[in-house]
Amino acid sequence: MATDAADGETQQKEETKRHTYPLIRTSDMNEEVKTECMELCVTACEKFSQNNENAARMIKETMDKKFGPTWQCIVGEGYGFFIEHQVKSLLYMFFGGTTAIIVWKCA
Amino acid sequence: MPTRGGLEKKPTQAVVNGSVPAQRRTSQLPRNSIMGNFRDDEQDFGNMPELSDEALRPIRPDDQLKLTEAELNEEHTRILTTRNPQAAENIVRYSYKDRMYKPIPHIDQLAIHFQLDGNLILRDSDEGRRQIARDGGEYSIDDDEEEEEDIQTTVTATEIDEDAAAKEGDEDEEEKSQKPSATVSRTKKLTNQFNFSERASQTYNNPCRDRETFVEQTPRATFSDNVSQWAIFDAYNEDYDLQQKAKEKEQKKTLTKKDEEKKKKFVAVDLSGDDMAKYARSKAASVSLKIIERMINQNTFDEIAQDFKYWEDAADEYREQEGSLLPLWNFQYDLTKKLSCTHLTWNSQYSDMFAVAFGSYDFLKQAHGIILIFSLKNPSFPEYIYQTESGVMCLDFHHTHSNLLCCGFYDGSVAVYNVADDTKRPKYQSSARNGKHTDPVWQVRWQKDDLDANFNFYSVSSDGRVVCWTIVKSDLMYHDIVQLKLEQPVEEPEEAVPLTTLGCGTCFDFNKQQDYLFIVGTEEGKIHKCSKSYNNQFLDTFDAHHMAVYAVRWNCFHPKIFISCSADWTVKIWDINYKIPLFVYDLGSAVGDVAWAPYSSTVFAACTADGKIFVFDLNVNKYEALTEQIVVQKKRTKLTHIAFNQKHPVLLAGDDRGNVTSLKLSPNLRKKPKVKKGQDINEGPEAESVKLDKILALIRDPDDAKSKAVPSQQQIGTTPLSATS
Repeated sequence: MATDAADGETQQKEETKRHTYPLIRTSDMNEEVKTECMELCVTACEKFSQNNENAARMIKETMDKKFGPTWQCIVGEGYGFFIEHQVKSLLYMFFGGTTAIIVWKCA
Repeated sequence: MPTRGGLEKKPTQAVVNGSVPAQRRTSQLPRNSIMGNFRDDEQDFGNMPELSDEALRPIRPDDQLKLTEAELNEEHTRILTTRNPQAAENIVRYSYKDRMYKPIPHIDQLAIHFQLDGNLILRDSDEGRRQIARDGGEYSIDDDEEEEEDIQTTVTATEIDEDAAAKEGDEDEEEKSQKPSATVSRTKKLTNQFNFSERASQTYNNPCRDRETFVEQTPRATFSDNVSQWAIFDAYNEDYDLQQKAKEKEQKKTLTKKDEEKKKKFVAVDLSGDDMAKYARSKAASVSLKIIERMINQNTFDEIAQDFKYWEDAADEYREQEGSLLPLWNFQYDLTKKLSCTHLTWNSQYSDMFAVAFGSYDFLKQAHGIILIFSLKNPSFPEYIYQTESGVMCLDFHHTHSNLLCCGFYDGSVAVYNVADDTKRPKYQSSARNGKHTDPVWQVRWQKDDLDANFNFYSVSSDGRVVCWTIVKSDLMYHDIVQLKLEQPVEEPEEAVPLTTLGCGTCFDFNKQQDYLFIVGTEEGKIHKCSKSYNNQFLDTFDAHHMAVYAVRWNCFHPKIFISCSADWTVKIWDINYKIPLFVYDLGSAVGDVAWAPYSSTVFAACTADGKIFVFDLNVNKYEALTEQIVVQKKRTKLTHIAFNQKHPVLLAGDDRGNVTSLKLSPNLRKKPKVKKGQDINEGPEAESVKLDKILALIRDPDDAKSKAVPSQQQIGTTPLSATS
């Protein structure tokens, strides 16, 4: 019993470890923009792992500098959203097993 | 000591204002009376403090002039005048009139000590009232304003004598001075009209123009989702599974490589390709794509389409005996560039569709063959393409079921294609077991359905057989009709076994009115009249030509006239009853094909190996062609076949480079004979045959009596164009 539980635990740990890589759910950006944005999100979330707001701020401001005026960003673990985005400027991804990041551009 | 006042030599002029007449000059008073003066005036000067004698005594300054009493008592007279003591008395000016210096008679004595130009105007004066009225409102004296004004002090007396100079100086200073600062309170300052000038100016303002634009919004899309921990977890799991599957697939692929997988991959790629491509291949799109293709073709070849419909050669009005052929579309296909056109036939049902057979006439260079079915509506690409292993030499559309196409090949086999089928294979094909000819099949022709309502067609070939093929329940059955036996050569030695050699049939045609009757042309130049009923014998034989007969055609209207053309450069018109041709035309080069026009019994066309097309109308000119025109683009292209369209005045010509040219016949070539007034207009085939009869009668009447007697000579007379008879 105990060993089973222990196995279950280790399995879960492994799974959680496995499921921390960045997984893009939806995106209609170009390839280069998408990769860059994803890297940026990963960096931001790792840097501000405690504070979602700061992570989102960093993402939004960097995207504004790189790709043009008005980007929006949400980082969180449980929310629903309904947004309007400019075509070819949406990235919706999961990271770290718990956080979901959505970045979009809408002037 | 008597004191004196500090006054010395005062002018002794009588005082104007008798203000203090009682007072006397202290110098005139006795010396001792000074004290008396003071005592007298004590009452006046109540303020003066009592003084002791000593303190009151005026002190004489040290540098005072010391005069004796006598001198002091002297009286001096002084006179005040208006003479300016500073003014010069001897100013001299140059006089231009007298040409010398002259003293000025009158010298100005005015000395200005102080000058102030004010800008105050009396309120009640005209100017004042005017200004008040102009400025409007109350005018109130403001002391502060006046004090703020700059006061000019001009002391010019020391410098200048003359008025003009003084005025100039004034004005200069006036202008230099600042204008009184305008502290605008309720009142406006009154301005001196003489020396106050106000300047204002208005710069030019450019006119303004309004412009507006409306910018198109960038394309937007909405997106929504719910984020939750379980959703994230599920997504990761899914992704992980996919990755595992992908890994497994890769492993499989590296182990085995099967063609099926490749094919699957290919198909997969295909399907996953463009949606557009997918749609384009679907059945539903084929109709619309076809329409689009036709439209594009119509646009591209718009001029030709217009010509086809409407162009009539205007020059035909001026030349009665000539016509012309206007080239319309040119039909080409990549794979037929090296092949010759071996046959042309129009579809019986659709007047714009025609089939072209491609093969090779060269005995040594035999390659594959192609059947192309074109439509006039799409000149750039054939509607149907059938590739065959051996060259196709002839084909024919069924008269009622125009989707059935029978064709004969160079290798001797015949086949029937169903155009409506999707497959590119023939529906029926004859094989070696099945009665296939041993030599190229030169012509095939559908016949009317036989008594059992089966389709059947005839073929003629170089192996000397005319064969009837019947399609019986998905099978092709053959039946020899005639064998073209050659006449036995006379010189054959008697010992040898008599061989029945067969001639080589090259063409045939069935009579339009009497179906059983047909004529066959051979390579030896003979034309045989045959019947379907008689197997072994010909009904008649014509020694038509010196070389192979390439085409024989019955006249569409007249039941007894047919035409033949041959490699010996001639085209001959025959009456079935007479062994001698009615007309012979020498065209200067091997004649590949001849065809009667479907609209007239007297018009026919022939094409030659030097690329020319000849069109004759016996009604107009019995001996010369109306049109002789080169229709090929490149030199040394032989024309192999021609065909008239049943409905439109269009002629098709095929050549040995794989091109098919369409030509429009000019009006002169499609004339119907003029109808005299009063005569009944007989249209239709009967009229045509009557027309032809008339022409024949013209020729034959003088000959009739003599034709049987001296045939050859007469023919020379009536056929001046024949080379040698």
